[in-house]
Amino acid sequence: MRLLTHNMLSSNIKGVSNGFPLRLDVENSVSKEVEFNPDFLRNMFSKIDWKALVDAARSMGYAELPEEAPDSSMLDSDEFLKKFHHALLELHLDEGALICPETGRRFPVNKA
Amino acid sequence: MKLKQLEGYLGNLEQFCNPKVELEQYPTGPHIASRMLYTAENSFGDIGGKVVADFGCGCGTLGVAAALLGAEYVMGIDIDSQSLEIASLNAEDLELDMNLIQCDISNLAWRGNVVDTVVMNPPFGTRKKGADMDFLFKALKVASEAVYSLHKTTTRAHVKRTALQDFNARSAEVLCELRFDVPQLYKFHKKKEVDIAVDLWRFVP
Ligand SMILES: C[S@@+](CC[C@H](N)C(=O)[O-])C[C@H]1O[C@@H](n2cnc3c(N)ncnc32)[C@H](O)[C@@H]1O
Repeated sequence: MRLLTHNMLSSNIKGVSNGFPLRLDVENSVSKEVEFNPDFLRNMFSKIDWKALVDAARSMGYAELPEEAPDSSMLDSDEFLKKFHHALLELHLDEGALICPETGRRFPVNKA
Repeated sequence: MKLKQLEGYLGNLEQFCNPKVELEQYPTGPHIASRMLYTAENSFGDIGGKVVADFGCGCGTLGVAAALLGAEYVMGIDIDSQSLEIASLNAEDLELDMNLIQCDISNLAWRGNVVDTVVMNPPFGTRKKGADMDFLFKALKVASEAVYSLHKTTTRAHVKRTALQDFNARSAEVLCELRFDVPQLYKFHKKKEVDIAVDLWRFVP
């Protein structure tokens, strides 16, 4: 599972008031090369919760993203886009789970 | 990719080995699955370059088809871990990326309008009443462009009314009527194969 998935999901379990972001339980993570598609990234950028992405990437050992949400002028920088691409689409949670921040319920992820 | 080629790939996928009755686990056959996704792509442009979610993905047939037709990003959600194992192997065999999560679809919410298209063959609701409509409700919330789904033809009027009036769909259209062979997976099916009429729907949320 890649971090785009983590960024868009929240827990909707009955009684949960704020189910986002889900915690990550990282048992094994890998990095898999994915084709670089700048248009897709620019389109995704406005939909992403930046802090959740930065924290998730860090918990998988990648700390190259700027802490502060960058403004959209950064989308012209290839260097920035490459980092965004790597964090969003190339980091894979291979084994582990997403965890509801309030109830602790686990949503296991599968390889691939 | 040609339709025949797509159907060929889907025909080679592994399917449920111990189907669970209560979850209504039966695969969408390669004939129907290939036509469903091929139509979504070639008549409506809802797959190529899009973010696609497969709800109740089982062994992954519909999600795999979306990936083969050029979806940019594919997710599969199922409540059953055994099916997800198989989905994961199917994706690996074809070197496709799927993002698979084990969860009851009602336990997740989706933010940010990231998903363009939802494809699904939901439980018909024969075991758990209303399961089909629970899936449709969720799918219409999550998708920003279109939902493709299969429902029993006998429920056509109900599906249409519920989608348009209760779930605020902008349109609900039956693309074609199909014969769906539900194989004799279950003891309570007396005949060898139960052939039921199923509608292929396209909804616009
Ligand atoms: C009719 S099968 C379709 C399987 C697969 N999509 C296909 O087309 O071959 C329905 C699937 O929905 C899953 N399912 C049933 N209830 C569910 C729920 N509440 N949340 C998530 N998945 C569910 C079942 O495990 C099963 O894999």
